[in-house]
Amino acid sequence: MSTTSAVSPAPVEGSAQLSARTAARRARRRRVALVWAGRIGLAVLVIGGWQAFTTWGIVDPFFFGQPSGIAKRLADLFRHGTEFGSFYANIWTTIQEALVGFAVGAVAGVVFGVALGQSRFLADVLGPYIKMVNAIPRIVLGSIFIVAFGIGVLPKILLAAVLVFFIVFFNAFQGVREVDRNILANARVLGASQLQIIRHVTVPSALTWIIASLHSAFGFAIVGALVGEVLGAQSGLGLVIKTAQNNFDPNGVFATMLVISVIVLGAEWLIGKLEHRLLAWRPPAPSEASSAL
Amino acid sequence: MASRNDAAVGPVAEKAGQDSARVEISGLTKRFLTPAGEVFTALQDVSFTVEPGQFCAVVGPTGCGKSTTLSMVSGLDRPSEGSVRVGGRVVDRVTDGVSFMFQADALLPWKTVLGNVLMGPVFRGVPKQQAQVSARDWLRRVGLAGFEDRYPHQLSGGMRKRVAMAAALINEPRILIMDEPFGALDVQTKAIMSTELLGLWEQIRPSVIFITHDLDEAVALADRVVVMTSSPGSVKAVFDIDLPRPRGSVQEIRFQPRFIELQHQIWDSLREEVERAYARTAGGTA
Ligand SMILES: Nc1ncnc2c1ncn2[C@@H]1O[C@H](COP(=O)(O)OP(=O)(O)OP(=O)(O)O)[C@@H](O)[C@H]1O
Ligand SMILES: [Mg+2]
Repeated sequence: MSTTSAVSPAPVEGSAQLSARTAARRARRRRVALVWAGRIGLAVLVIGGWQAFTTWGIVDPFFFGQPSGIAKRLADLFRHGTEFGSFYANIWTTIQEALVGFAVGAVAGVVFGVALGQSRFLADVLGPYIKMVNAIPRIVLGSIFIVAFGIGVLPKILLAAVLVFFIVFFNAFQGVREVDRNILANARVLGASQLQIIRHVTVPSALTWIIASLHSAFGFAIVGALVGEVLGAQSGLGLVIKTAQNNFDPNGVFATMLVISVIVLGAEWLIGKLEHRLLAWRPPAPSEASSAL
Repeated sequence: MASRNDAAVGPVAEKAGQDSARVEISGLTKRFLTPAGEVFTALQDVSFTVEPGQFCAVVGPTGCGKSTTLSMVSGLDRPSEGSVRVGGRVVDRVTDGVSFMFQADALLPWKTVLGNVLMGPVFRGVPKQQAQVSARDWLRRVGLAGFEDRYPHQLSGGMRKRVAMAAALINEPRILIMDEPFGALDVQTKAIMSTELLGLWEQIRPSVIFITHDLDEAVALADRVVVMTSSPGSVKAVFDIDLPRPRGSVQEIRFQPRFIELQHQIWDSLREEVERAYARTAGGTA
């Protein structure tokens, strides 16, 4: 029966709508349940398979670790700490380095991106150099920073900041370039000064691009901090991983890896929240409106 | 004489008699460099004057350079030759007291309706509180009270045009330039908004340059209609519309004999140009 028909009397129409709504709700609930069943099933399959294969001796747990071993090692790390202080202290070191590096890199990236996006002259002068620096494999910079600044937190922060900078910079630059000409002309006619244009038009417009880049940028901040720690440190998860590797302890590597992914997921979640706040003005994308995720 | 900042002087200052609102366009020529490296003349020696407080409509075939003319009147672009004078001063940058309603949607999608209307006063340094009061007042005048906190994407096309109108009028401009402001609207909404525009124009009485493709709209609203030739655009004819004011509803004036007569005269002048422009683009793509 058609729910849009204008001929059908009101009460019938109402009940038809009601049943359509319950049907839709039931269909959605079934879909969510199916998705979760799929997710859990996949996890059981992978982890269970790993556990089984290593138990049966088809895969050697000495090289590839074992889920139960990883869990035990993780509990052990949290309870008894590492050779370089408690596990919490090591986690905190890495988070600190990544966060500070992320903040420094992101702010610098936005400032430079907006400045170069605004000024044709600056872009022409600095452009080639930025491309050149971007072409260097930046991980190598970690060695230089450690030589220059010792094995404290500073070189890791710098490395994380450099990695973050380029991602944010290119996005901010592109975002500024994509500002709608009409909107720009409108603001100028309304009497906006150059600074007001940056504040009211350019930055909000580029924000879509900048925030999109922040998602991947935090991952890079962690990579920067970890690589720096592997290269030389007194504390931090990179050091924990390196030590586990040297001790032929794959479970230790996996356990630390797990902790790192939780940190990145947490940051990702926070950035998602921020995105939601700052980009509240955006119309929902068609995929967002319909998807259940 | 009046300073160039007189938009801020009084709420309903009688500006109609002031020379500061006269727009003189003389010998305006604009050339563009095409991507192929050739010189393309978009405007050729355009001259006409808009008297203070006058409502001037500009009609012409598509691509004849109407929007280009406006961008030079507003100071967003420089002429290749000739000049635009506003109140006797040559326009060489964005001029105070000129408001522009664009052909395309130009609202800031990240600002609410209120935020969009607020921009003009805020950019001019009006205190926030005062700006808010006047923005709310203008939203009420264009019939959008209660929509202050919506974002542009949550409005209909007609409502967005109303916001743009409030944003353009809140500065109480001496000169209001409008580039096909109601072009994208349905016929009924367009008629309603044209009538509203006339009402608001009579309140603050800026000089208006109003581009349109709709001859009915041009005759119903304007004191003077400028017909432009096909590209390169120049002025073909100027018609003075002697229909009495206030004209009231745009829908009704269309049936007056004098209206029909004027409309025919202007169409006779325009038709040739439209056909020529059409033949050129059709021939160019064939
Ligand atoms: N930046 C530019 N570079 C090159 N050519 C341009 C540029 N801007 C406009 N033109 C050309 O100048 C001519 C006039 O353009 P304009 O936008 O002023 O037309 P219009 O009269 O407003 O047309 P419509 O009624 O369709 O809006 C067009 O042929 C267009 O291709
Ligand atoms: Mg145009």
